[in-house]
Formats: sequence, structure tokens, C-alpha cells
Amino acid sequence: MDLTTIWFLLVAVLFTGYFILEGFDFGVGMLLPVLGRNDRERRVLINTIGPVWDGNEVWLITAGGAMFAAFPEWYATLFSGFYLPLLLILLALIARGVAFEYRHKRPEASWKRRWDAAIVVGSLLPAILWGVAFANILRGVPLDADHEYVGGLLDLLNPYALLGGATTLALFLTHGAVFLALKTTGDIRERAGALAVRLGVGAAVLAVGFLTWTLSIRSSAAAAVLAVGAALALLGGLAAAKVRREGWAFTGTAVAIGLAVATLFAALFPNVLPSTLDAAGTLTATNAASTPYTLKIMTWVAVIFTPVVLAYQGWTYWVFRKRIGVANIPQH
Amino acid sequence: MDALDVARWQFGVTTVYHFLFVPLTIGLSVLVAILQTMWHRTGNERYLKLTKFYGKLFLINFAMGVVTGIVQEFQFGMNWSDYSRFVGDIFGAPLAIEALVAFFLESTFIGLWIFGWDRLPKRAHLASIWAAAIGTNLSAYFILAANSFMQNPVGFRINPDSGRAELTDFPAVLTNKVALITFPHTLAGSFLVAGSLVVAVGLYHVIRNRDSADTGAYRFATKFGSWVVLVASAAVLFTGDIQGKIMTDVQPMKMAAAEGLYTTESPASFSVLTIGSLDGSREVFALKIPYLLSYLGTGDPNGTVHGINDLQAQYATQYGAGSYTPIIPVTYWSFRFMIAFGMAAAAIALLVLWSQRKGRTPRSRWLLRAGLAMPVLPLLANSFGWIFTEMGRQPWIVFGEMLTRNGVSRSVSLTEVLTSFTAFTLIYATLAVIEVKLLLRYAKAGVPDVSEQHPIDDTHDDAERPLAFAY
Repeated sequence: MDLTTIWFLLVAVLFTGYFILEGFDFGVGMLLPVLGRNDRERRVLINTIGPVWDGNEVWLITAGGAMFAAFPEWYATLFSGFYLPLLLILLALIARGVAFEYRHKRPEASWKRRWDAAIVVGSLLPAILWGVAFANILRGVPLDADHEYVGGLLDLLNPYALLGGATTLALFLTHGAVFLALKTTGDIRERAGALAVRLGVGAAVLAVGFLTWTLSIRSSAAAAVLAVGAALALLGGLAAAKVRREGWAFTGTAVAIGLAVATLFAALFPNVLPSTLDAAGTLTATNAASTPYTLKIMTWVAVIFTPVVLAYQGWTYWVFRKRIGVANIPQH
Repeated sequence: MDALDVARWQFGVTTVYHFLFVPLTIGLSVLVAILQTMWHRTGNERYLKLTKFYGKLFLINFAMGVVTGIVQEFQFGMNWSDYSRFVGDIFGAPLAIEALVAFFLESTFIGLWIFGWDRLPKRAHLASIWAAAIGTNLSAYFILAANSFMQNPVGFRINPDSGRAELTDFPAVLTNKVALITFPHTLAGSFLVAGSLVVAVGLYHVIRNRDSADTGAYRFATKFGSWVVLVASAAVLFTGDIQGKIMTDVQPMKMAAAEGLYTTESPASFSVLTIGSLDGSREVFALKIPYLLSYLGTGDPNGTVHGINDLQAQYATQYGAGSYTPIIPVTYWSFRFMIAFGMAAAAIALLVLWSQRKGRTPRSRWLLRAGLAMPVLPLLANSFGWIFTEMGRQPWIVFGEMLTRNGVSRSVSLTEVLTSFTAFTLIYATLAVIEVKLLLRYAKAGVPDVSEQHPIDDTHDDAERPLAFAY
């Protein structure tokens, strides 16, 4: 396998990891007013992701950095072309990140209400916009022969991309509810479990529709297999959620999101950003890539450090494996 | 006004803003780790109180550093896509490595530290803050290595077919002499901020809160912080001196612009105050110290320091017609403000130490005012340092290789970049107000009561025990 393919896979893995991990913490954020009926309950929800959300977000930063280093053309065209959606994502991530840290710093209800709003909107926007962005990457965008984006904002808001946004939104909501059922006790756990099933049905319908549409735009045998796998994992997860096997339910939604992201990347390969205009404008894993020397160095760094990162991040989840409930929330 | 101007303003504003939080994160992570280590070693509760107290201030600041950092990584692609294409082969690597090697470490272990007081064995919890501190400092190294490539590009070639810079020697990029000196200079500048914050908060309680049972802890913090400031300011001077010599070598125009030195001099004198003509082409009035600039720039009191006009002529021959001169008043004054604000903090630290000599208790209101101003001074020094180093590189985005105006995104409209600049400015300004208010609130609240920490509560079973820390 050549280095550009390895790096295409690595970027795919990083985004997959990002969506699995931050997927549930976006879900938790959005469900804050739904499952948290009072301040104590909302604090339970926030504290299920408290120790891990920051580490989860680093997957995005690493994916962005890897894209920059391994495929500068892809990074440059994508980030300048998807300007306003990315701007909204950045503003959302800023607001929610600060909100987690600051919300409990003052006792006033109005203070907390504002930060709650920042958490909800800050989770909702990226949950939709990442779907819109990735659907557009797959569908292709207007690029000229210099690989410059020549479309406008409206080109990004096509029906397929909007379905993509609705799909990631529904998937992350379900994933978040399943995660909460797994990590909380008592009443919240019950409500999260019941909600997960209801949300999951909608997510499954949207995901099947979106993946079918995806395969009709561009496809490969691998992508088709992965898409079927994603659908089965989601159904399996839902069945487990229905009978309150929370660990299996979470595994199901995590695998489903992972395979759905993998489907997009498999369908995309060897392109990284197809042009809907001039075919010469299409960016591929080859013409967007850095030099073999850069890729070789980056490969060594990734080979050495990725296992280390996975080990300590995994350990964090082990350290904070206990469920929490309202009784565990201190007064201050 | 065009998209280029706005993109430059946005980069300036978001970067300077980001770097208001970064120095505190870099410095305070280590200082808090040291305090916690002292508690671990001595068992003295005073150090635990200070760990928790400064740890809280550290975290209020940390959140802002994290979220404003993501903007930095995205901004290159969004506003500077042609720059990203040109240097991605080289510049992307340190950014990606920073994320994988340093930022994961920092973010994961900070989570373990915040929430781990009752979840981790004491040693593992202490190791977590050290891991986060190491991650933060490593992160600074990779970012500065990337920035140093823009100041002094090394380890690359220009591909004649694509016209792009390609990496040929990665170790050379990581050991760029500009990076090797900028890293300790930046760390020293960061400890200057962190130490100053420790002093300011400690001194406030020593003077205002005299009857507190925790006066001993505050006195310790004040002295500890003052020593950090003094050592850091010595390190800032030492590294800054070396940096000046390297700059004279690799970016002579930046040195000339720092000094408002229009014509080549040997020996060159250091300008205490130079007022240039309106068109910025010659000096009108100057107060100078003879030989000093030659010494600072070259290590030899009689060394030659090139002037702006000569360098401009030389670059015009070398790179083609055009202006290669930065905006002189900006570089001249930012360079001076950097030095003055940094050294002012050191002077106050000396006063604070003097006021506490032989167990004395300082009472002066003036000292308190000076002490409270302390954290602001090195923050300003850091900001002016960055403004100087980035503005002094202009008109280049990569010195000698790419002009800033050629790096901007061609596909991004003025409306888009104005929208983004306005949005960031508004949200950043709002968050700044909130952050400062929170910092003041928690700084005034003083050290926490730690006697009730980690109670072994027999009345509850484990499942119902409150968490030691929760959002």
C-alpha cells in the first residue's frame, strides 16, 4: 500500500474516531434540556462527559493537522471553500467548550441558563454541520482547474447534504442518549434508555436513506459492505437499547457511526474532494498529497504515538467508568 | 479595505488573543504541578490549598486557551489557503505532531487531573498534572518550530514544477536556530506571566486579608511567584539577547526595523528614542547609546548593523521591485514596549520581595496597586513581542519565499472574511469580560478549605458518595 493510501486511511480513522467520541458528547449536550429536568440532573448529564470531552475534541484537531500535513491541497481547498459552515462550527465549539468549564462557576440560575443554551446550540450546530460538510465532500463541489472552490454557500445546502446533516444529528442524538443510559443511574438512566429507542428509529430511517443515496452517487464494493454493516450495527444497537442492554447498545451505535463514516471515505476513495465542474479540478489522494518524505516522517510519528494515545485515552475511560447519578453531585 | 487586510487583522487579533491565555497555561501548569509536588513531599496542607487555589485559576484560563487554539489551526486553511498549499508539506507536519504528541497528552491528563482527585491514587493524580504540563510545553515547541520556518525557512527546497516548498530535512526544521532560541524565550515570557499572577493574587491577600488563617500560605505564594518572575526575567533577557543576534543574522531587516536604523552603521548605537520622518525614510530626532546595538546584534561593539534603506535596496535587487520594509513605528515601538513591560514586572517582583524581607508584612497600598498590575505587564510584553516578530517579518509570510499578500485565500470573499472577523471579535470580547470577572471572583475568594477533602463517609455507600469535583 502506498503512503498516500495509508494517509487517506489515517485521516479516515481520525475522523471516524472523532465522530464516535464527540458524537456522544454532542448528543449529551443537545439532550441537556430534554433529559435534565433540573439543575442537578443537568449537572449529572454534563459530568458524564466532563473528564473526556476535551480529549475527544483533540481527535478533530489531530484530523485537521493530519489533513494539513498529508494533503495540504485538500485542507486548503476544503477549509477555504466550506468557509461559513466551518466558521459556525468553530464558534459553536468555542461556546460549548467554555460553557462546560464556566457553567458551575457561579450559582445564579440565569448564569447557568445561558451556559446551558451555549452547550445546546454549541452541540447542535456541529452535529448538523459536520453531516452537511461530509455529504458535500462526497457529492463533490464546484472546483476550478486550480482546485479553488468557486461555488457559494447555497451550493453546500443541497438536499443530499441537508439529509446528511439530519442524519448526523439523529445519529449523535441517539448515540448520546445511549451513552447517558450507560453512564447514569436512576431516573435519568430510565428516561435516556427510553428516549434512545425512539430517537434511534428516526436515526435508522435517516441513516438508511442517506447511505443509500450516498451509494447511488458514488460507490464501491467496500463502501456497500460498510454501509450494510453500519445499518446492521445500528439496528443491533437499537435492539439492545430496547432490552436495556446498555453496553451493547452503546457498542452498536458507536460501530454504526464508525462504519457510516467509513462508508463515506470508502465511497470517496481515491478522490478526496471531487469537482462537479471540470474533472481536472478534482482533488485525489495523489494530487492533493504531500511529498513521500513528509508522509514517511508522519507515518513514523503516527505509528509510534497513536498506540500510546489510544492507551492513555482508553485508560481515562476506565478511570471514569462508574455511573453517576444525582446523589453523586456535590453541592458546589 | 480588501479581504487581505481583514484576513491579516483577523490573524493578528485572534493570535494575540489566543496568546493571552497560552502563557498562563504554559507557566501555571508547571507552577501548580510544583505546588502539588511540594504537598506530596511534605504533606503540608498549605501547599494543597495553594495547588487547589491556583489550579482553579489555571482552569478558568485553560478553557479559553483550548477553544481559541482550534481557531488557529483552522484559520490557515480558511483565510490563508494559498499559504497552506505553498508550505503544507513542511508546516503541516509540526502542527499534526503537536496535536498527536502534545495536545492529546495535555487534554487527556488535564481531564484526569480535574476529575481525578478521588478517582486516582495520589501519585497517579500528581503525575497527571505533570503530564498535562509537559504536554503544554511540548505543544509550544512544535508550534514555535512551525512559526520559525516562517521567520527562517530551512530544510526545504522549492519544487520547480509546482512552485511549492517541499520538505527535504525534517530534523533541520525542528532544530531551526530560530526555533531553538524562540522556544526558551517564549517559555521564559510565559513564566513571567504565571509568576506575576501568583504574586498579584498572593499579595492581594497578604495586604487585604491580613487576619486570615492562611496568611502563611499567601506569603509563601508571593515569594514563590516573585522568584519565578525574577528567574524568568533573567531568562527572558538572556534568551532575548541571543535571539537578537540570530535575528540580525537571518532577518536583518527586522533588527533594523526594531531600531528604526535607517542607514547601515558600524559601530551602531542603540536607539533609546528615535522619531522618524512622516514617510518613514529617515530619522528626525534620535537619542542613542553608542556601540550598544552593534553589541546586541553582533556580539561585537564595532560590528556592522545594516540599515533599513540599504536592506530595502538590496532586497529590491534580489526579489524585484517593491517595498520590503515593515511598518517602522509598529516594529520600533512594539520592540520597546515588549522590553519595558517585561522588565517592569521584574522590578515590581523585586519590590515585593524587599517588602517581605526578614518576615516583614507589606502594608503599602502603592505596592498592592503595583502588584495587582503585575500580571498585565508581561501579558502586554508577550503581545508586543508577537506583534513585533510577526509585523517585523512583513511583507513576507515566509521570509524570502512568499509574500503575505500571495498567501491569502483567493476563493474567500471580503464579506465572508468580514463576517468571520466580526464574529470572532464579538465572541472573544464577550468571553474576555466573562473570563476576567471569573478570575477576579475566584482570586478574591482565596484558598479553599481542604480539611473536608476526600472524606471517608461511612453513612453513604460508595455509589452515593459525592464526587470530589464536578462541573
